[in-house]
Amino acid sequence: MKLIFEKSRSGRSCDILPPSDVPEYIIDKAYTRESECRLPEMAENDISRHYTEIVKNTHGVNDGFYPLGSCTMKYNPKINDEIANLNGFKNIHPLQPEHTIQGALEALSLAEEYFCKITGMDRMSFQPAAGAQGELTGLLLIRAYHEERKDFKRNKIIIPDSAHGTNPATATMAGYTVITIESKEDGLVDLEKLKEVVDDDTAGLMLTNPSTIGLFEKDILEITSIVHDNGGLIYYDGANLNAIVGLVRPGDMGFDVIHLNLHKTFSTPHGGGGPGSGPVGCKDILAKYLPTPTVEKSADGYKFKYDNKNSIGTMKNFYGNFLVVLRALTYVISLGQDGLKDTARNAVLNANYMMHNLKDIYQVAFDGPCMHEFVISIEKLKKEQGITALDIAKSLLEYGIHPPTMYFPNIVAEALMIEPTETESRETLDEAINIFKLIYDKAKKTPIKLKEAPNNTYVGRLDEVRAARNPILKYKFK
Amino acid sequence: MNKTYYTRTHEWVEFISESKARVGLTDFAQESMGDLVFINLPEVDDEVIVDESFADVESVKAVEDVLSPLTGIVSAINDDLLDTPELINQEPYEAWLVEIDNITEKGELLDEDEYKKVLSEEE
Repeated sequence: MKLIFEKSRSGRSCDILPPSDVPEYIIDKAYTRESECRLPEMAENDISRHYTEIVKNTHGVNDGFYPLGSCTMKYNPKINDEIANLNGFKNIHPLQPEHTIQGALEALSLAEEYFCKITGMDRMSFQPAAGAQGELTGLLLIRAYHEERKDFKRNKIIIPDSAHGTNPATATMAGYTVITIESKEDGLVDLEKLKEVVDDDTAGLMLTNPSTIGLFEKDILEITSIVHDNGGLIYYDGANLNAIVGLVRPGDMGFDVIHLNLHKTFSTPHGGGGPGSGPVGCKDILAKYLPTPTVEKSADGYKFKYDNKNSIGTMKNFYGNFLVVLRALTYVISLGQDGLKDTARNAVLNANYMMHNLKDIYQVAFDGPCMHEFVISIEKLKKEQGITALDIAKSLLEYGIHPPTMYFPNIVAEALMIEPTETESRETLDEAINIFKLIYDKAKKTPIKLKEAPNNTYVGRLDEVRAARNPILKYKFK
Repeated sequence: MNKTYYTRTHEWVEFISESKARVGLTDFAQESMGDLVFINLPEVDDEVIVDESFADVESVKAVEDVLSPLTGIVSAINDDLLDTPELINQEPYEAWLVEIDNITEKGELLDEDEYKKVLSEEE
């Protein structure tokens, strides 16, 4: 497929502009580009076809099953977009006078109220652009807390080895040293090891529950009290909230600060560059450090509050990706309290249904019921047939299924992490189960076929190694 | 030829003298990581500590920490690896990562037979 720059023809456009009736203003050279910006020039129907072609060559939730573990790819209801497209929300500017955007501020305030209720937190900021920025914001709150108490020796963050790679990256960005603790055989946090490393230099613990391998940390209350008793705080990574939303609250488990991925748990679109939304919620003890502005209700309406001298500052302009927050708020209001509980229950049910139907063929990494996702290991097939997790993933593409997360978590060899989500029907799950079985048969009988997959997609096996070693990230004009 | 030792976390150590050694990744380590695309090395004069991460390697699959088998000071790094990490895939026992001097502590070091036993347990 040609790039849009290659399709561009000089002078072609989609607009017929009337002649200018004001004199031309020449901008001082000091403020202009050195060379002209070479934007693509195309007719509207060619642009439309270009993007339609791109859409045809991708796989999204609207195309088919997308069981990407750890990244909750659920269907995004159209009503969310409808609400976000309302004129009063879409066509406003963050610098408009507050009295002209009361509805938008009320929506933000309502979102804060609902998401705090769902997570058991006291205050929430919707400023962070997505999960990674949310994590950083959360850790900066923890840092501000210790620093205000002049507790400067707390320079370590404890993270289990099953955690998302973003956790250690975030802790490092926030200026902390990372202490990794090994998980137990059953994949859960090792309380004894935790006790060993927690000390008066522990700033906090980062944890996701259910864990990355789809198991509920049953000792969570003990885990959080071990850290609290030593003066540390506890951070909740919201990546896996989908399994428990409406049923169990991180705030009740002892977490002090959390981030949510609205684009995962609360059905706003993601992938393809977002925008996402990674709000940070916290208990009262951390509230004064939240980024500014916050939205406050007063006698004469809603207001942005900027003057908070303890705030860690601004993480992103204005109030984050507002239209994404609106979509999530719409989702929560549409489902209501009972509906939200059902999503979590169905997410867990669907994952267990798939796991149960695959466990006799594929090796499930951890025994027992799972939460919203489960991990299988392709290690045995690799030894017997030379078939890797990558080969299985590529073969799924031939059947119109997006591959699960591969080679993660690191603690499982040849891992495939499957998260069906609650938005899939039993028919879809059954079909996917059959395809997984079919691919297993192929791996046994004609492994070479799997090595060549996918054959019916727009591109076959890409040279990922070369792409990583010598990435070409920009178009060079001829 | 100096004697080579191995760790349970798949690093190799070759002593140049009593207090100086080179450290690299074993064939098993590079094989299970797959094609390496990026490596982070410490800087000369950095301190490394037994069982603590001193470098990380990235393949298309994952990023892994490299744990130090020794406590000491980095006296040299293998610059070539920064641009061509694939040397580790091609010649794992030639492609040393760092040279560590002033060694004050050694972690658990296995000889070839002991390491082979660890590998057979991994299988």
